[in-house]
Amino acid sequence: MFRILHILYLLFLVCFAHAQVTKGSLLIKNGTILTVTKGNMENADLLVENGKITKMGKGLVAPAGTQTIDATGKFIMPGIIDAHSHIGIDVVNEASRPSTADVWVGDALDPLDLSVYRALAGGVTASHAMHGSANAIGGECETIKHRYGTLNPEEMRMEGAPRTIKFALGENPMRVHGEGNRIVPATRMGVEQIFRKGFEDAKAYMTAWDMYEKEKIKNPAAVKPVYNKRHETMAEILKGNIIIHCHSYRSDEILMLLNVCKDYQIKRLVFQHTNEGFKVAPELAAYGAMASVFADWWAYKFEVYYSTAYNAAILTKNGVVTSINSDSEEYIRHLYHEAAKTQRYGSLSDEEALALITINPAKQLGIDQRVGSLEIGKDGDIAIFDGHPLSIYAVPQYTIVDGIVRFNRSKDAADQRLQASATRAETGFFLHKEQHNHDRCLEGAYENTVSFFGLERE
Amino acid sequence: MKINAVLTLIFTLAFFHASGQVKKSTKGTFALTNATIETVTKGKVSGTLIISEGKITALGSSVNIPSGANVIDCKGMYIYPGMIDGGTQLGIVEVSSVSLTDDSDELGELTPHMEAITAFNTSATAVSVTRVDGITTTLVVPQGGLFPGTASLVNLVGYTPEQIYAGFKGVVLNFPGAGRRGFWDRRTDEELKKEEEKALKQLNEVWTEALYYVQVTDAAAKDPAIKVASNPEMARLAEVIRGKMTLLIETNKATDIESAIKWAQDKKIPKVVLTGVAEGWRVAEKIAKSGFPVITGPIIALPTRESDYYDKAYANPGLMAKAGVKVAIRTNDQENVRNLPFHAGFAAAYGMSKEDALKSVTIVPAEIFGVADKLGSLEVGKLANIMVTTGDPLEPKTQIKYLFIDGWIVPLDSRHIQLYEEFLNRSPGLKK
Repeated sequence: MFRILHILYLLFLVCFAHAQVTKGSLLIKNGTILTVTKGNMENADLLVENGKITKMGKGLVAPAGTQTIDATGKFIMPGIIDAHSHIGIDVVNEASRPSTADVWVGDALDPLDLSVYRALAGGVTASHAMHGSANAIGGECETIKHRYGTLNPEEMRMEGAPRTIKFALGENPMRVHGEGNRIVPATRMGVEQIFRKGFEDAKAYMTAWDMYEKEKIKNPAAVKPVYNKRHETMAEILKGNIIIHCHSYRSDEILMLLNVCKDYQIKRLVFQHTNEGFKVAPELAAYGAMASVFADWWAYKFEVYYSTAYNAAILTKNGVVTSINSDSEEYIRHLYHEAAKTQRYGSLSDEEALALITINPAKQLGIDQRVGSLEIGKDGDIAIFDGHPLSIYAVPQYTIVDGIVRFNRSKDAADQRLQASATRAETGFFLHKEQHNHDRCLEGAYENTVSFFGLERE
Repeated sequence: MKINAVLTLIFTLAFFHASGQVKKSTKGTFALTNATIETVTKGKVSGTLIISEGKITALGSSVNIPSGANVIDCKGMYIYPGMIDGGTQLGIVEVSSVSLTDDSDELGELTPHMEAITAFNTSATAVSVTRVDGITTTLVVPQGGLFPGTASLVNLVGYTPEQIYAGFKGVVLNFPGAGRRGFWDRRTDEELKKEEEKALKQLNEVWTEALYYVQVTDAAAKDPAIKVASNPEMARLAEVIRGKMTLLIETNKATDIESAIKWAQDKKIPKVVLTGVAEGWRVAEKIAKSGFPVITGPIIALPTRESDYYDKAYANPGLMAKAGVKVAIRTNDQENVRNLPFHAGFAAAYGMSKEDALKSVTIVPAEIFGVADKLGSLEVGKLANIMVTTGDPLEPKTQIKYLFIDGWIVPLDSRHIQLYEEFLNRSPGLKK
């Protein structure tokens, strides 16, 4: 009896850990399809079967009983992807040390976060739930799909997405650790050395393990090196198994990390925010480093004072794979509009502008084989708008993840909270004083800092 | 026609390169020809618009071009009035996280005499960044405390307070309320309630004192024997009580909006404008009944409650307008006031008519500020606050081709544009 129970318990654990992702089938009829990578199709249909796009063209027929959406007069685009956000998690910063490569945002997923529904209402089907920018080396991040409605955190993960880690340059790590805790880094010089030391330690750690593995063959009594999660993670970066996503603003610090990565032969590198990326666009393009930027944020702190809203256009025209991100539970709701701003500031084409929020962020997260464009074989992650998504008057009508409608403007009830949560129990009035919460990247850093001069919140 | 084109070219070269590398605003007589003119108040007209002595002197399909006018061929282009942002900290906050560049918030609860226009940096980088997107006029609003100061309406061209002042001032009252201010605001409901009651009590005490000050100064005006000590705080509030200045009441939560309306009615304040009004849609009928106009925003914002439909902040202006409220839109921003047309655009996408959305950033704020004889639409006799565009100014894709503020043609230049020009094809590039 005990044994059976034990087995049942194990089975339950296995089922839980490998949550079956819910997938659906549906037919979208007679809309304008914006594939992003392969042009547009007028009055066309799109069929999703068991979560994957199987057909695109005219006059498609679906098996009886398949859900059908009439998209006459509507625009069908790939589900929008945000390469930088902090939604769907209930903690952002482990701000206790300048390097916390040992922690992982994936341990703190929060399926109850209403922001995920609100992002769906802006056509966003996947996002990069990132660690904050308090530390030069932050924690590992998690690429999530917006399967709002599930109560199982496991089902939020985008299965098979590559590992990513958050790095951070400039004011944030300098303020939290240098000004706040009086430890290195207090300057951009110090920030560089955190990375170099981190990689040197990881190299030494790998060497110690290699020596142990060799020694073990001839000496069964060989002593194992001490396991160190932080060095393990840094070693995986060196081996090319983790993509660096680095919070950055100024061109000098961007070049610094480029040089560090050059020295350690690290190729997979995405700069986040990258406000002064436009100044070093040729260097970024030559290295193959990518950039994820804001459409127009500037001047909220000194290191973004010399920004330009033309950043995304300059980067794009210089050949850098560029995306536009939100870093905000508000801005994530209208990334299509943020992308449209690149048409005012730099006259990008429709296709270039849409790539900034679809295929390009997919490339930056290493998931472009799965999502980011409407192509046969890709995931059925789709947003349907009542007008061209780059028009100010366009309103998202349906958002579909893995072939399942997760947002339906004409049918959804007003109150979309799944249930009360201990950490998000706020039901009363809550005025967001600033429409863009620029410090989300530092959320959680305050409580961990001994003396945070000049930064005491009201 | 050909001559016009040549003149345009010469003229364009002349006014942008007259003084070497530095681009300056210049004044003169201008004829904007072959345009679609969106007057906002009197429909659409095809033809010519004449600017002379800083004003619109003629517009229509058969307009005589004055001799010596600089002709700008606007074929295929549209002329709109410059947009007005009904609430910003543009010019008084340069870098918000660097506290010594923030002049918006003086110490103390009772500082109605603080003049926002005094601290307006006419050369702030954000000023040109804002105006090149067609925002020609902004209300500069001080913040923090019960009576943070006096807001001023300014035109975004000029170098002195006198040159930029656009004819409206209003005293700001942050009406006591019970809202939390962010995720970090951990005050309990009880604490909030207590603070609200305390602030309301304080407000009423201040107002009693101000009424008393009015009585005393009235008496002093008749009797030279009565001497009144200098009291700039009360002197400013007295102007509100006497109807010489508007009271801008900032309030956002539904129940607070209702108490603010009741308070203003009880006190019989002659000129009242409600600002913020994030939850206006919940009490739209009551606002409409009060007759108080509203300046609301930001529109591109989260709902005020988790239980509310996701689009409530977008839909708020449309829902209020539908109930009969006079609605102007503001960004409440500092460096990104340039997004004003997009806030109006979102209001239109989520229920407001496109026509009302355009009015909410042009003629409606002009009316609310009592400057509709000078600003807010394209009419003969009004100030030449004008943008020439390639299309609908609320659409991101639209480009602004010419800009006039207060009759001055303003170069379409800003640091953001300069950086674009310098770095699009950097020199030296990858190799030096």
